[in-house]
Parts: sequence; structure tokens; C-alpha cells
Amino acid sequence: MSDLIRRGPMVLGLLVALALPLLLDDFWLQTGLFAMASVVGAIGLTLLVGVAGQLSLGHAFFAALGAYTYAWTVGDPAGQEAGLGLPPLVALVLAGVVSAVVGGLFSPISGRLRGIYLGLATIGLVFLARHLMVNLEALTGGFNGRTVEPFSVPGFSFSNAAPDYLAVAGVQFEGLHRLWYLFLGIAVLSAWLGRNLRAGRTGRALANVRDSEVAAAAMGVNVARAKATAFVISSAYAGIAGALMALAYGRIAPDLFGIQLSIDFLVMIVLGGLGSIAGATAGAVFVVALPLVLAQYSSQLPFLAAPGSGGLDAATLARLLYGAAIIAVLLFLRGGLAGAASRIRHRRSAHQRGTGGPPLVPTPSPDPSGATEPPPSQPAVSTRSEEKS
Amino acid sequence: MTYFLTQLANGLSYGLILGLIAVGFVIVFTSTGVLNFAHGSVLLSGAYLVASLQGPIGFWAAAAVGVVGAAVLGVLINALLVRNLAEANPGTAAILMLGVDIVLLTELTRRIGNNVLSIGAPWGADVVSVGGITLPTSRVVAAGLAIVVFGLLWFLFARTGAGIAMRAAAADSDTAAMMGVRPSRTGAAGWALAGALAAVAGIFLASFPAPGVAPTLALSSFAAIPAWVLGGFDSVVGAIVSGLIIGVVTALAVGYEAELHFLGRGLGEVVPYAVMILVLLVRPSGLFGRKEAVRV
Repeated sequence: MSDLIRRGPMVLGLLVALALPLLLDDFWLQTGLFAMASVVGAIGLTLLVGVAGQLSLGHAFFAALGAYTYAWTVGDPAGQEAGLGLPPLVALVLAGVVSAVVGGLFSPISGRLRGIYLGLATIGLVFLARHLMVNLEALTGGFNGRTVEPFSVPGFSFSNAAPDYLAVAGVQFEGLHRLWYLFLGIAVLSAWLGRNLRAGRTGRALANVRDSEVAAAAMGVNVARAKATAFVISSAYAGIAGALMALAYGRIAPDLFGIQLSIDFLVMIVLGGLGSIAGATAGAVFVVALPLVLAQYSSQLPFLAAPGSGGLDAATLARLLYGAAIIAVLLFLRGGLAGAASRIRHRRSAHQRGTGGPPLVPTPSPDPSGATEPPPSQPAVSTRSEEKS
Repeated sequence: MTYFLTQLANGLSYGLILGLIAVGFVIVFTSTGVLNFAHGSVLLSGAYLVASLQGPIGFWAAAAVGVVGAAVLGVLINALLVRNLAEANPGTAAILMLGVDIVLLTELTRRIGNNVLSIGAPWGADVVSVGGITLPTSRVVAAGLAIVVFGLLWFLFARTGAGIAMRAAAADSDTAAMMGVRPSRTGAAGWALAGALAAVAGIFLASFPAPGVAPTLALSSFAAIPAWVLGGFDSVVGAIVSGLIIGVVTALAVGYEAELHFLGRGLGEVVPYAVMILVLLVRPSGLFGRKEAVRV
């Protein structure tokens, strides 16, 4: 029963997500697609940063790798840019596999560096990616990018055609509606996999490495291998996320995969609470939707100026809110949104127990957070020896 | 040969400016354990102050205000934000600095807009020619000033009580605190130093041959990150030497781009990072970094 209550919000959220395409217009559908693509990437990064304690600013590199691998694999061999003309399903899998393999090639660095040191080393990957994207014109279309073929399985295309007309409950299902369910399926699958991974043997080994490399090694965990494994897994997630982004945009260009994307992914998981899958999901939706929604409805907000007039325009306001949200969460909300949610849950359950009579165990300390167990987030990188080195 | 020497001199002077920025990263990191992603916007704040004040009060007074302003900004970021983190550890501090950078950079971008503000330095667009090698005067002044600054830093860290306290706190803050060093003061001093160094670098990065102060100036601090990483995170000397290496490699990659055509266009932007990744593959703790000893 308590299990059902715990999962209640999740089931409810899933039902709402399933019903939304019946109600939303194209703008919100498009926003939802971008958000779900980012959810996949954010889950991958939270496994690396939150669970394994490794910082990465190279997530955009692997997203780019996935996006271009997808576009190249499904691309028309006779088209302007090179392509293999393989089925999209193969391309989607390949996007994850190629990113994972390249993530594995980075293991001499990812296995030996830790915490923020790895974060700095991975910055290099983003600039390397941009150089490759601009210069490998035959594959990437250079600075202007290349178009992406729509996703399809035999007999059904996730675009506006084939079947040309499809309606559910009176709502015509076009490409955006169809992609919504594809993206939702992949996002749920990756959340489920991520959850199991974190709870299983691998996840516990990674958390052990995060908390103390020496203790982990003493317990028989191969530290370098564990760190490299975390990096490979998160790269695969980023690759799939990149392929989904390519599908949502319909056209990919180097500017989409800059250092800003890496920062956005990091911000998503920090706002949500490091190490928490639900938190990564919430953070991704917030980070993706905020600028789009503000830009869409800026004409209805009287205090906003027109873009370029030097006043406060929608894009500037979105950036300021975004930065302020990061600072506020880090200063006031320990463990991000997920940490706050778990504290509220614990307070409520403690309150409910308390109404039946005097508490069985006196409250040990006036801890303002009221948490009886630590929130799911853990420090991205800690240990004092590192601060000193 | 003259062409090569010109590129080399160009790279060395640029490398010294990168060194100023990279040393700022090192000092903030060793004194407070923070990976300062807002370094670029602090640099831009200093340069913006200079550019907007040089009209009314003259360049030298404006430069002084810019340097002091950037130092104060650094101290405020540390005192108001970093020290109030809910969970103080290097990872969250680094992400906090990303947030600070976004806020500062957005506001500065809104103020500057699409303009390019002139820094109004007395050396303007002059050039100096010695034995066929031509360099912008701003770069010559920058190189000279950077060497003087590095000398002063050496004096500070080797010969003064305050500098030795900072080094002690960086080596072991708990023990240093027991010896009477106040970590809050050494931290504030570190942030002030880094801010001032960034503003100095900003003034020269906005001088000829660059057009002036524009929001993209903040990105130049990213170019110093490879220098910092290459130097080994916690070594001031390493940051200076690696700054020179990165500066020279970048200048040569740009100067000989035609010959290096097979590596693609825009090589200058990616070469510092390629060098960084290659060195890290061989030496994970950088050229001058101490190898981490693990104590149980």
C-alpha cells in the first residue's frame, strides 16, 4: 500500500504525459519533445555526477556524437551529405553505441581523473567536437549542419506522412504527436534502467567509489574501471539524447552542441538534486521550458521590452531567472528539488505518526530539515584530501 | 624566419596574458577550493568598468577603478555566495560559479549590447618594430607588465607574512587555522588577487589588435583553462609556464594555418584543448601538479 502511495505521483505523471498530446498545440508539443530528449541526457549525467561523483562538461560532445551518428546512419546515400541509408531503429541504437565506444576510448582520462579535474578535462571535448563538426563537411554539412530524416519503423512513420491521416479521439495525430509517444517511451525506459542501475551492484560500487576510493578499492571494487564504466554509461545516454534532439529539431548544426548545452545538462541535474532520477527529469523540464515559454508569451508580460531595444527582453529575463535559480537552489535548497521533496515527505509521515500518540522515539535533534535519512543527493565530489591536493 | 619569430613573439606575449588569467584560477582554487567558472565575467566586468569610465576620468584612473572593482567583485562573490553554500564541496561550488557567470554575463551583455566599447588606452593601435619583428605596443606593454606582476607575486608568496599565510592555508587549511591563519582572510585575499589579475588581463585583451570590450571577451578566460589544467591545478609556476606553451602553440597554429590546412579551419580555437587532452592522457595531474597521495 505504501508502495502504491510512493509511486502514486509517478503513475499520475505518466498518465498525464500520455494524455497531453490530445490537448496541446504544436508549440507545447515541440517544447515537450525537447524536454524529453533532455530528460534522457540528464538521467545519464546524474548517474555520472550524482552517483559516481565525477563531473563532466563533455556531455554536449556525446550528444553531438549521437545526433550526427543518427543523421549519418539514416541519411540518404545519394543526398548532399554522406549517409548509409539504414533503418532509423538501427541508427538510434547505433547513436548510443558509438557514443559509448568513444566514451570508452576516453577511459585513460576518465578512469584516472576524478571530480572536478575530470570536469575540466572534458571541456576540451566540446571544443574538439565543434572543430570536427565544422570541418568534416562531408559528414556533418559543416557550419550550416544537415537535415535529419524522420524516424520510422516498417509500415509507420513518425512524421506527417505514411499513414497520412491518423486520429485518436478526434485529434489528428501528426508527426509531433507521434514523436511524443516515441520520446515518452524512451524517456521512461531510460529512467527505469537508470533507477535499476543505481540500485544494483554497479550503482552501489559507483557510490562507494564516490564516497571513498580507498574504501572502494579495499572492498574489491576496481576504481579506475568503475569510473570509466560510469563515463561510458553516461555517454551512451547522451548519445541517445542527442539522436532524440536531432529528431526534435529536424536539422542539426554545430551551434546546438556548444559548451552551453553541457552547462544546461549540469544545471538540470543540480536543480533537480544530484543523483536523483526524478530530480533530473524535473530539472530538465524546467531548464528547457523556461526560455521557450517566456519567449512565446513575452508579448503578454507588460514589463518586457522588445528584443534588441536594450531593455529587459524575454531572452535576457530567461537567462537571469535561470542563473538566479541555480544560485538560489545551491544556497538554500540542500539536495535540490528532490532533496526538498524527500524532506517534505518525511516531515509529513513523521507528522502522521505523531498524531496517534506520543512519539515512540524522541526526536534526536532539532534538525530544521526534519529529514530522517539523508536526501538522495550526495556531494558531486568531496573528500578533503582532494581540496588540498 | 622573421615570420616565425614574429609569430613566436606574438605567442609569448599572448601566453603571458593567458598566464595572468590562469594564475587567477590557481589562486582561487588553492585558497578556497573553488573552480571559478565566473572568472571570465569578472574579467569582463573589470574591462567594462575601464571602458565606460575612461571617457570621464581618463584611462589610468579608470584602469585603477577597473582593477579594484574586479577585486571587490571577487571578494563579494566569495563572501556572499561561496561561503553560504548549503553543501560546501568543490562540485557544487563549481556549479554555483556557473550560475554567477550566467547572471553577470547576461547583465553585462544587456548593458554592452551590440556595441564594442573602446578601452581608450594610450598605446592605441601603435606597433613596435625590432629587427623586422613587429608587435602591437599593447602586447609589449602587456608582456612587460605581466613579468613585473609575476615578480610581485613571487615576492608576495615567498617573502611576506600574508603570502606565506596564503600558501599555508592552501597546503593544509586546518593546520594553518590552528597556527593562527584565518581561512576567511586568505580566501578573500585570493579572490581579490584573482579579480585584479583578471581585470589587468582584460584591459590588454580588449586592446589592439582586438577591437575593444565586447561580451565575447568573457570567453577568453576559457582559453586560459587549458593553461591552468596543463600546469597542474595548484601550481602558480605551472600556470605561467603552461600559459606560455598554450600561447605559443595557439599563435603558431594560427600563423601557419595555411600549411596545416589538412587539420581544418579555425585550428587556433581547438589546439589549446587538443594539447591539454594529449598531455592529460600521459600525465593526468598536469605538467607541474603534485601526484595525489592517498592517505587512509
